[in-house]
Amino acid sequence: MLLAANFPDGSGYVLAAYLVFFALLLIYLGITVYRMLGLEKRLTTLSEELDRAEGRTAAPPLAEPVADTPKDKIL
Amino acid sequence: MYSSKLRIYTLATVVTLATAFGLAALYAPIEADQGFSQKIFYVHVPMAIVALGGFVYGGIEGLRYLRTRDPKHDLRSYTAIHMSVILGLGVLITGSIWAKVAWDVWFEWREATLVSFLIVFLLYATYQPLRFAILDPEKQARYAAVFAVTAGAFVPLNFMAVRLAEPFIHPRVLNNTTGGALPTEMKIPFYIALVGMTLLFITLCKLEMTHKLTRGRVKGLERRLDALRGETDDSTLPPRSAAPQVVA
Repeated sequence: MLLAANFPDGSGYVLAAYLVFFALLLIYLGITVYRMLGLEKRLTTLSEELDRAEGRTAAPPLAEPVADTPKDKIL
Repeated sequence: MYSSKLRIYTLATVVTLATAFGLAALYAPIEADQGFSQKIFYVHVPMAIVALGGFVYGGIEGLRYLRTRDPKHDLRSYTAIHMSVILGLGVLITGSIWAKVAWDVWFEWREATLVSFLIVFLLYATYQPLRFAILDPEKQARYAAVFAVTAGAFVPLNFMAVRLAEPFIHPRVLNNTTGGALPTEMKIPFYIALVGMTLLFITLCKLEMTHKLTRGRVKGLERRLDALRGETDDSTLPPRSAAPQVVA
């Protein structure tokens, strides 16, 4: 408010012009993010479908198998 | 891979534009005739230059597509024109705001600079419907490339014609012939804003192309999945779209 009070005449128009620029940018980025989210969702569905088509269930990857360690070495 | 260096470009764009707008607000002097409203210049003019440059670049990529038939040139041409139309809309709106405060009208039909930019914008506004109207991807890319080359050649010719014409009220700020040369304190933020706007254009183009390629890869996966199920049908055309059909 203090900053705005120090601005000379015509500052509202200047602010409006810069807001238009940032609004356009935000709208574009918003649409892009929305489309990217749609793609991400489609990709998730596709990998599940692919798993099913290959006859596997969509399970989280198993941990690396631990090599058998001789008991005498532990002791 | 259009996504490479996207993070660096994004960071550079934010830093450059923030610096430019900060300098425009705090460092650049207030113009004697127009007063504070002249600050619109630092966003309006770089946007206009980059938009017109983007249209020309779209034409160059269209020409490359016609010569090589490589779909990546069609994608680049489409993206450049797409971004330039968005920037062009920004130019028209910010220009109208500036006109209102400077001349007390939203648009001056007798001014060649304004009308010529509107004509260029309206010309390119037909690009997306043209693409959308053509279903066959190869034909769509070819026709769009011809449009991009023709309209891209029109842009500099139109610009030169306007420059040669007698200016009515629109200022000529980047040359000395009309006494409108910028002082150094105005030139510095202006050129930084021009660099920032160019970086923004490149960043948005890369982002758009990354999206298109990712979508193409998803479509490729869908096809592979259909093939795995034995549901392939190559006879059908892809769904209608104005964007290039990229299938990876």
